[in-house]
Amino acid sequence: MVDFQGLYSKKVLEHVRHPRNLGEIKNPDGMATVGNRICGDVMRLYIKVEKKNGKEYIKEAKFQTLGCGAALATSSIITTMVKGKALDEAGKITDKAVAEALGGLPPVKFHCSVLAADALKKAIEDYRKKK
Amino acid sequence: MKRVYLDNAATTAVDPQVFQAMKPFFSKKYGNASEPHFWGQEARKAIDKARDQAASFLGCKSGEIVFTSCATESINLAHKGLLEALLQEFSNSKSQFSKKLHVITSSVEHKAVLESCRHLEKSGMAEVSYLPVDKFGMVKVADVEKAITPETILVSMMYVNNEVGTVEPIKEIGKLIKKINVSRITSRLSPIFFHTDATQAVQYLDCNVDKLGVDLLSLTGHKIYAPKGIGFLYQKKGTPLIRQQDGGDQEYRLRAGTENVPYIVALGQAIEKCSNVQNSKCSKKIEKLRDKLITNVLKIPGTKLTGHPTQRAPHIASFVIEGTEGEAILLHLSDKGIAASSGSACTSGLLQPSHVLTAMGIPAQWSHGSLRFSLGKDNTKQDIEYVAEILPVIIKKLRKMAPKGV
Repeated sequence: MVDFQGLYSKKVLEHVRHPRNLGEIKNPDGMATVGNRICGDVMRLYIKVEKKNGKEYIKEAKFQTLGCGAALATSSIITTMVKGKALDEAGKITDKAVAEALGGLPPVKFHCSVLAADALKKAIEDYRKKK
Repeated sequence: MKRVYLDNAATTAVDPQVFQAMKPFFSKKYGNASEPHFWGQEARKAIDKARDQAASFLGCKSGEIVFTSCATESINLAHKGLLEALLQEFSNSKSQFSKKLHVITSSVEHKAVLESCRHLEKSGMAEVSYLPVDKFGMVKVADVEKAITPETILVSMMYVNNEVGTVEPIKEIGKLIKKINVSRITSRLSPIFFHTDATQAVQYLDCNVDKLGVDLLSLTGHKIYAPKGIGFLYQKKGTPLIRQQDGGDQEYRLRAGTENVPYIVALGQAIEKCSNVQNSKCSKKIEKLRDKLITNVLKIPGTKLTGHPTQRAPHIASFVIEGTEGEAILLHLSDKGIAASSGSACTSGLLQPSHVLTAMGIPAQWSHGSLRFSLGKDNTKQDIEYVAEILPVIIKKLRKMAPKGV
């Protein structure tokens, strides 16, 4: 089908059809739920953190999202971007980087990448608070 | 893959017979209808025939049909053209209107109506009241009556709501306006003119203009198996209008520009076919399929029908589905070859939920998962069965992806 290709990149559609790291982490080290009050989308991000040589790494990241194609794809791809990354570095991932990793987003959907980057930052904050 | 088109309220296919009828007017009968020679008169005759077909459908005179490019253009011409004409008339006659003219419409109209009303407000031509609707999207006749002031000169109400299919009480509003206009004669007030956007009604409901009591009626071809880019405005004789497109004398000097002959021919053919569809086997078939679709969708837990349960057009089945988002549903349906539509915030360029669902009091978290199927004459029982099989799987999948307890 060629539908929705006028709106979304191949990469976005690929993540919508086959989301990565979908689901819940039981007893996560960090978790955050963020919502966009305007459009109504909600994302929840879970992280598991491990320490190697005194440095903190994201061992596992999972997501659950109620939202449109862009919301699903941004939350899916951000879990792949952070897995195995040092916590400090992961926290620096920007909304722009998320959109770029998906081969771009339509302007009206930029806020979805903001939401995903926000969810990640808040999940890391949550981990640090709990520590 | 099986493909099922259930977005006929967005646009329909061009009917093969309609297409056949318009074809000669591209390369064989290509004359300009304003010219006196054979080619021109051939085109003129074809336009006249289409005008007769349209007039016979509405039960009006041929001279009351103004061909335009679409319903949006017709609506703009009706609203702006009427207001301009009345303002000119009143300024010449130093009439009783010391206050600003007043227009009444509803909060669930199509954007063409809402935006052209905003133009009337912004340009200072009129004040506009946007009437509320009940939970089914229906305007109350009593609310129209209450809203009427001595300055009211136009009521503009849609016949069938395009998002939820609710049939508005046009005949009743028409009667009310007629009654008020009789009393206005003695008090020397201008009559109230009544416009209806009949775009979604043409195919299935009685559009006799006398029965409806309307002075102006807008419609478009591409929802009734004619091509996109052609529509018309019915203008009851004596309804003042100033044209919005200046130029030549076409369309009784109400819409300048060389007539789009093939498309006008197509619309004539398509509208003639509509009179055969209303109350016919075809209409009953569509209604039955729609009911089957509604029954099946409502079997999915957390779904609600939107729009009126009984007073609804035969072709529209609209829902809100809890814990899902409309665009994501459309994407997955599309992957399975099914075309539908949604009023969710994510599908709108403005990221706002549908103004229709909001006006009906549906909370944002419900309209987030709005879904509209609109049927057409070519849909089959197998199409509906296919949707009934696919949709629950998609909903289940999307709900499983969503965070719990939000």
